[in-house]
Amino acid sequence: MPTLLQTRGLTVHFRQRSLMDLVTGTRRDVRAVNGIGLELAAGETLGLVGESGCGKSTLGRAILRLVEPTAGKVIFDGVDVTAMDARALLDFRRRAQMIFQDPFASLNPRLTVGETLAEVFRVHGICPNSEIEQRVVGLMAKVGLSQDLMLRRPAALSGGQCQRAGIARALALSPDLVIADEAVSALDVSIQAQVLNLLSDLQRELGLAMIFISHDLGVVRHLCRRIAVMYLGRIVEIGPTEAIFAAPKHPYTQALIAAIPRLDQADGLPQEGLPGEPPSPTRIPAGCPFHPRCTRVFGPCEQDPAPAMRDAEGARVACHLYPAQLEGA
Amino acid sequence: MSALTLPARLLSRRFGAPRALQVGAAIVFLWLSLAAVPAVFAPYDPIVQDLGATLIAPSLAHPLGTDNFGRDVLSRIIWGTRLDLAMGVFGVLAPFVIGCVVGLVSGYFGRVVDALLMRLLDVTISFPYFVLVIAIISVLGPGLQSFFISVALVGWVSYARLIRAQTLVLKESEFILAARSLGYSKARIMFRHILPNAVLPAAVFSMSDIVIVILLGSALSYLGLGAQPPAAEWGVMIAEGQVFMATAWWISFFPGLAIVLLALGFSLVADGLAERFGVRE
Amino acid sequence: MTAVPLLAVKDLSVVFRRRGADLEAVRGVSFALDASEILGLVGESGSGKTVTCRALLKLLPGQNARITGGTVRLEDQDLMPLREAEMRRIRGPKMAMIFQNPSSHLDPVMTIGRQIAEAIVFHERASEKQARSRALELLRQVGIPDAERQLDAYPHQLSGGMRQRAMIAIALSCRPRLLIADEPTTALDVTVQAQILRLLLRLRDETGLAIVLITHDLGVVAQTCDRVAVMYAGRIVEQGSKPTVLTCPLHPYTEGLIQSQPEAAPASERLSSIEGQPPSLADLPSGCAFHPRCRYAQAACRRHPPPLAEVDGHQTACLRWETLAATRRIAEPS
Repeated sequence: MPTLLQTRGLTVHFRQRSLMDLVTGTRRDVRAVNGIGLELAAGETLGLVGESGCGKSTLGRAILRLVEPTAGKVIFDGVDVTAMDARALLDFRRRAQMIFQDPFASLNPRLTVGETLAEVFRVHGICPNSEIEQRVVGLMAKVGLSQDLMLRRPAALSGGQCQRAGIARALALSPDLVIADEAVSALDVSIQAQVLNLLSDLQRELGLAMIFISHDLGVVRHLCRRIAVMYLGRIVEIGPTEAIFAAPKHPYTQALIAAIPRLDQADGLPQEGLPGEPPSPTRIPAGCPFHPRCTRVFGPCEQDPAPAMRDAEGARVACHLYPAQLEGA
Repeated sequence: MSALTLPARLLSRRFGAPRALQVGAAIVFLWLSLAAVPAVFAPYDPIVQDLGATLIAPSLAHPLGTDNFGRDVLSRIIWGTRLDLAMGVFGVLAPFVIGCVVGLVSGYFGRVVDALLMRLLDVTISFPYFVLVIAIISVLGPGLQSFFISVALVGWVSYARLIRAQTLVLKESEFILAARSLGYSKARIMFRHILPNAVLPAAVFSMSDIVIVILLGSALSYLGLGAQPPAAEWGVMIAEGQVFMATAWWISFFPGLAIVLLALGFSLVADGLAERFGVRE
Repeated sequence: MTAVPLLAVKDLSVVFRRRGADLEAVRGVSFALDASEILGLVGESGSGKTVTCRALLKLLPGQNARITGGTVRLEDQDLMPLREAEMRRIRGPKMAMIFQNPSSHLDPVMTIGRQIAEAIVFHERASEKQARSRALELLRQVGIPDAERQLDAYPHQLSGGMRQRAMIAIALSCRPRLLIADEPTTALDVTVQAQILRLLLRLRDETGLAIVLITHDLGVVAQTCDRVAVMYAGRIVEQGSKPTVLTCPLHPYTEGLIQSQPEAAPASERLSSIEGQPPSLADLPSGCAFHPRCRYAQAACRRHPPPLAEVDGHQTACLRWETLAATRRIAEPS
């Protein structure tokens, strides 16, 4: 499958300038995303997992240029998104969309579902005005929303219905890429399964490339063919889902998987767990950012940030425990 | 100003916000009807003089008496409603619109634009409101037109602040991010998406602002800087009746009462809305 | 269950008044808990689990919520007739609560040490010095590193996991025998969640603390709880020991919840899900509140709210539980 999306050295740093910082002369940047390189083929699903502060949401927004990257490139279908002018950007926006976390907050509270969806068609001139209503009804049916909900505002809908409306809006322009940013995290468990099924069906039916951002490994495992694990703005491990679950290589990935509460763990929690908490992205440790919490830390970890090593099937781990391999080997 | 809104607030505490809103709205509606078709309600012509019927005390033929030119006070009050109401409504409309645009642009674009506009706001707000209005009117010359221009130039600041505060919060919300991801233009995002969601505090404030502007307008007219005689504006009427306070008190008293009642109506609406929508000054 | 459980709730009902109508948020809930036991209270939004727990502490919000029936016996004392002043002596020394979002439940302008000490000074009439040294001991007990310095830290200086530990320290400051934990780890990262759950288990082992753990995550229940009660639309629909309920659920809702976990379905197959959505309290279905979403529903389910059936300490509010169990036995030849 041809590569649809590629990022190279993508970096997003936010300047934090408080009065105290001006006085003391310090500069605490929030280094949300640090040199991310990944690829996504058309129609492929990639899961982006990590805990708070890992930068996964910021990465999603940077890819869509909703947040300006500080450095690096995003290449979509061969064109550099980071260098696009306004017109090219508009075309890009038609082809790459996002689904947001909070179902209620992601819809304009003063517009009905019908108005929100119709606006997309109208602004982009997809079809003549007379056809818009028909299209809206069709779109709503596709995401499992009945026609009579068209005249309702978000406050009169349930979380699941709002999220379906958000999905409909993202699909209105028939994008090639959809980034789902914690799209089911705010939903009740029984509704999550429904929406996950919907996303999975739509992805298959429409051949969408999808990046699924979530802190919930269980959900990502179900939906995505490949997974990238993030920590403090870096990808620490990336590879096929089942390979990562069966034999996680990076100590952080191992700890993350071990910490997931599972129904078959009726004997209680595993004894050893990851100590401490994810540090703030304003104070990233030197060397490998994970080393202060790592149970297998040794010599080079404190000085050398481990570069990503390539593995056999396109899987990569950024850890000194694994022998370096040359790019292209 | 709070001296006049105090009775309204006390009343609405006592009877509850929905009741206050209802009563206030009824009062305002009453005045609006008078302003709409004064000829239906007013028994006499407000301008035509009748020197044979001057200074008559309130009686059956003239329920509120007549003034020194023999004009029926009741009819003048009814016809004057248009002027005072217009002062209130249009004296708030222009600042509202200007304030919305400034607040939206300032809040949405931030940085340099925001800094410049807010400095302009700081300068405007550093002058006492009434002093600045009077100063501008004295430059432009007395009259209602000057009044409206002056109020527009000075009054926009409160609205700009309210709208800007809401804009700053709303522009970070997910549905705005969604609008950006759909490639909507900045103008569309600001006016179609942010503004309708930002306007509520400003709208509630505008009701109490109407009270202030009505009082300001009638006070200026009383001073000769606003509406001019022989217009039946209530402030003008109070000024004209001033010399007769001892002998024909009704000439100044009833227009004064009318101002109070109109302001009370809007005050009750303002307080009721603030209570209902949880907005506090 | 011992003869006199630590906590015995019977037929608890809570009603909310909204826009002139009475909504039954909790309808006849009964459960019991012994010392050293952890009961998981599972449910989704609108199930009534949080309202139930607030009712135990008589901390219902505002004028519009009131307890309309039932008894709550803590150490065999009925809490229902107690007045506010007497309840204050229960909250803290006898039972305490921790919440989902520690940032909203900690006073931002008071140091952690003071917040812990405050409860001790108030309830035990201790001196400031005694309270402070006990606060230090508590911070160590809940696993906050560098406890001496953290006594004087403000909540915003601590991370999410640390704040939650601080909140646990405040809750335990007066040595209550019962802790109510309302989704204590939902807002935390999964590795931190594991730490906090481990802490709760350790506290239970060391002090005999009984815990009511509210959660929507069945995985958490599996790891930590001894018994489970599942709530739906204000009622407990299933209750029993954790292993039994999770492996052999006897209520279609519980079964549906278990099956809709992503781990239940093999990768790249559709997840099993429960159709429809939880009902609004203003518009509850007749009979069994779950029947519109239930694949075992029959006419009888629409007519009467099902009575609680009990099988070996395992309770279920479903008329068709036997069919459910039989269907599962057929589907899983073991």
